Amino acid sequence: MNSSETAGLVFGQSVKRVEDFDLLTGRARFVDDLKLPGMLEAAVLRSPHGHAAIRGIDKTAALAMPGVHAVLTLEDFRPHLANDRLIVALPSPAWKIDANRPFLAGKETVHVGEPIALVIADSRYIAEDALALIEVDFDPLPAISDCKAALEPGAPKTHLANPNNLVAEFEVAYGDAAAVFASAPHSFKLSLWQHRGGGHSIECRGAVASWNEMEQNLTLWSSTQTPHAGMRMLVDILGLDDGQVRVITPDVGGGFGPKLCFYQEEAAVAAASRMLGRPIKWIEDRREHFTSTTQERDQYWEVELATDGEGHVLGLRGNMIHDHGAWTARGINVAYEASQAVTMPYDIAAYSMKVRVALTNKVPVSPVRGAGQPQGVFVMERLLDKAARTLGIDRAEIRRRNLIPASKMPFTKPMKTRGGIQVLLDSGDYPKCQQAALDKAGWDGFRARQQAALAEGRYIGIGMANFVKGTGRGPFEGATVRIGTSGKIQVHTGAAAMGQSTKTMMAQVVAEQLGADMENITVTAGDTATIGFGMGGYNSRQAVLAGSAAHLASLVVRKKLLAVASEVLEAAVDDLEIVGSDVRVKGVPDMKMGLRDIAKALAGTPGFRLPAGQSPALEATEQPVIDGMAYANGTAVAEVEIDIETGLVEIHHLTLAHDCGRIINPMIVDGQMVGGAAHGVGNALFEWMGYDENAQPITTNYGEYLLISAPEMPPIDLIHQESPTPLNPLGVKGVGECGVVPTAPAIISAIEDALSPFGLSMTRVPITPAEIAAMIEEAQAK
Amino acid sequence: MTEMRKISVKVNGKAYEAEAEVRMHLADFLRQKLGLTGTHLGCEHGVCGACTILLDGRTARSCLTLAVQVDGHEIMTIEGIADGDTLHPLQEAFRDNHGLQCGFCTPGMLTTLIELLRDNPDPTEEEVRIGISGNLCRCTGYQGIVAAALDAAKRMRALS
Ligand code: FES
Ligand code: FES
Repeated sequence: MNSSETAGLVFGQSVKRVEDFDLLTGRARFVDDLKLPGMLEAAVLRSPHGHAAIRGIDKTAALAMPGVHAVLTLEDFRPHLANDRLIVALPSPAWKIDANRPFLAGKETVHVGEPIALVIADSRYIAEDALALIEVDFDPLPAISDCKAALEPGAPKTHLANPNNLVAEFEVAYGDAAAVFASAPHSFKLSLWQHRGGGHSIECRGAVASWNEMEQNLTLWSSTQTPHAGMRMLVDILGLDDGQVRVITPDVGGGFGPKLCFYQEEAAVAAASRMLGRPIKWIEDRREHFTSTTQERDQYWEVELATDGEGHVLGLRGNMIHDHGAWTARGINVAYEASQAVTMPYDIAAYSMKVRVALTNKVPVSPVRGAGQPQGVFVMERLLDKAARTLGIDRAEIRRRNLIPASKMPFTKPMKTRGGIQVLLDSGDYPKCQQAALDKAGWDGFRARQQAALAEGRYIGIGMANFVKGTGRGPFEGATVRIGTSGKIQVHTGAAAMGQSTKTMMAQVVAEQLGADMENITVTAGDTATIGFGMGGYNSRQAVLAGSAAHLASLVVRKKLLAVASEVLEAAVDDLEIVGSDVRVKGVPDMKMGLRDIAKALAGTPGFRLPAGQSPALEATEQPVIDGMAYANGTAVAEVEIDIETGLVEIHHLTLAHDCGRIINPMIVDGQMVGGAAHGVGNALFEWMGYDENAQPITTNYGEYLLISAPEMPPIDLIHQESPTPLNPLGVKGVGECGVVPTAPAIISAIEDALSPFGLSMTRVPITPAEIAAMIEEAQAK
Repeated sequence: MTEMRKISVKVNGKAYEAEAEVRMHLADFLRQKLGLTGTHLGCEHGVCGACTILLDGRTARSCLTLAVQVDGHEIMTIEGIADGDTLHPLQEAFRDNHGLQCGFCTPGMLTTLIELLRDNPDPTEEEVRIGISGNLCRCTGYQGIVAAALDAAKRMRALS
């Protein structure tokens, strides 16, 4: 198959998901469903302070409680650790402070929710009772909550030992922005505040560790997006060999980014299991999710756009402060991706974004679905709206004038990814995609509708946003495709399934080459015992990298199948076809050979030659290296109505036109787009992870932190364009994050449009009804 | 705190008897004592709806119900919806309309919709949305779930 072909036997079809039967009948196995003989349960003692010194920990009363097996602090663990820190920071020249997390907090705690000790007991109920009996002598210290304030001189220090809170500093830039601004006819400035909340997979995190004393090895089941990275972390922390640690991801109830990090609890249950010789389970509860699982949170942007009189953008510059939280759980990537995303869809000659990353006494920040790119898009689109309004140009038209035209594709952006890879926009027709969205949303007729509504005292508005999203981050993912002597096809991959239909996608890709029978294929995703290396699930990369690997491995297996069948059936390879569990001679269905027979033949017979000069085993492992990212693109248009008394925003309609290259399963692509859009609506209007000035979290349940529910979800029109990427053999681009990236920017643009009679400028996201009502009131008072 | 009680309960048509601490909530009882792990916990404070079960035919949050409260009662969980390996029309509709991604919210969605479709066999889209407004799903954006519910209603009407 090459990327110019359209849908195949199963590839490109909305086949039913292989995951669904177990999930629909309660037979799926999530981490909390595991029950091992002799298993104990853990609860975690967490810091109640944003910042405090820990003077002492008295475990006596807790240990005396019946049913409690151990209370373990950093001091207790240390003799059993080869490394007492989680060294995870992605490399970057931008770092100024090494803020990798400790195994557990020791003498100082730097955010509410930071793990301090583990209680191991017969049950979680008892473990939680014992938590209340541990006496910790805290000495509270000044805490810093706001990332902007954190960089002011004299601000409280997040960590006592650091010189200040500036953990990293960098610039994303190209062209000569200073020169452009010196001579630009028009410039437009904005100060923006952006906030995103947490991942909030409905399944929280969790891990079960089991040390096998007899075999001297460890198995960790974890609700993680990155099992292989987790395995390597455990090797490093526990001082084991690679062969001694197996990490398995059972069914995972959503990831959305935060589960790609490796966490203290995973290491702690593993170490504790080895120390106690018993399997140990720890399951995060929702309050813990709010105070210990990574989030995205705040960014402050000061930005400026330079244009000519017709709205052609000449340059963009500014600076941004990014909230890093108390520790490095991943890297500078959220801030970097945000800065890099700003100009992506547009042909802009000069760009400079200076970024300062600030430590705060809050939960560490790492990517949430979209990884900073919604924020970058918001910046660009807010500036374009402002320029359009001031210059009197239609907002769609100013974008049309600046979008990279299809004739310039592939287009080299003079930027490097955070991994140093050249940004090359590989394919797509951005203006066409925008037009498709506008046509569907009725953009051109909207002004008349708006006038009519206003005449009735109704405030409706329309807004839009374009995006280009890097997907399929390399360097590789692997897949093994094996036909067993039962005739069943097994597929193993290091890609991690967390609800995004990875197993179905892999099965479709393999089935396309090997008999087109989905039922004949089983996929294991994210078990380090089945494949030696893997990167895991993040950055919309599964179909791009793991799908490509499965495709290439299937082609190798297919070739072997056909070679053996050709010899045995005495038919030319071109005359053969693979149908279900057989290789048959085309047109002569009785002349066939079972996959199982070929598998047996290639498993070898003592003393005999392998058939058809083939190498042993009907299997292949491929790990294609694809460094360049496949850039997906799209346009969102939102239509809203605002009740100016209450500030309530009702989204009447969302239109999303997008291009994720070739589509493997249209049903799944639609599901990813709509799910992402729902997250974007939440980011625009609902989700706020609040902290007070002492860095105490003030939104730690779903009464205080709002997730979108079914009635708030607007109707969505999806438009698909398929520009195959030349970067992988399937021509696919990632889609998992494409729905979220433009949605909040388009909604905020629509709100601003609806409120245009009041001349309001929307510079914050999320925005609540109360804030909108207050802005309207203030404008009316003037 | 550790007082134990014997609880007799019928779950998915089968009689069970088990001891539990009086403070144990029903979800933990089903999952840990009866081994019925299909019911999920997403928040344990009554908002997400993942733990929804049918208690004497009516939806209840099993995270907000104590195990001792169900002594002598009847419960239906996700494990009791299909007939062996034959899916219920609602489950079929979920599969055909992509009503689930990670599937973690699914147990609560299914039980909630079983009640809704029983009480209102021909709901409007809005009625479905309001009906599941107490069930959070982070994956689907609800579109597939709503489509599945409406499709299931049609299938179930055709059967009855
Ligand atoms: S777990 Fe019961 S409502 Fe969330
Ligand atoms: S399918 Fe994942 S939470 Fe609903």
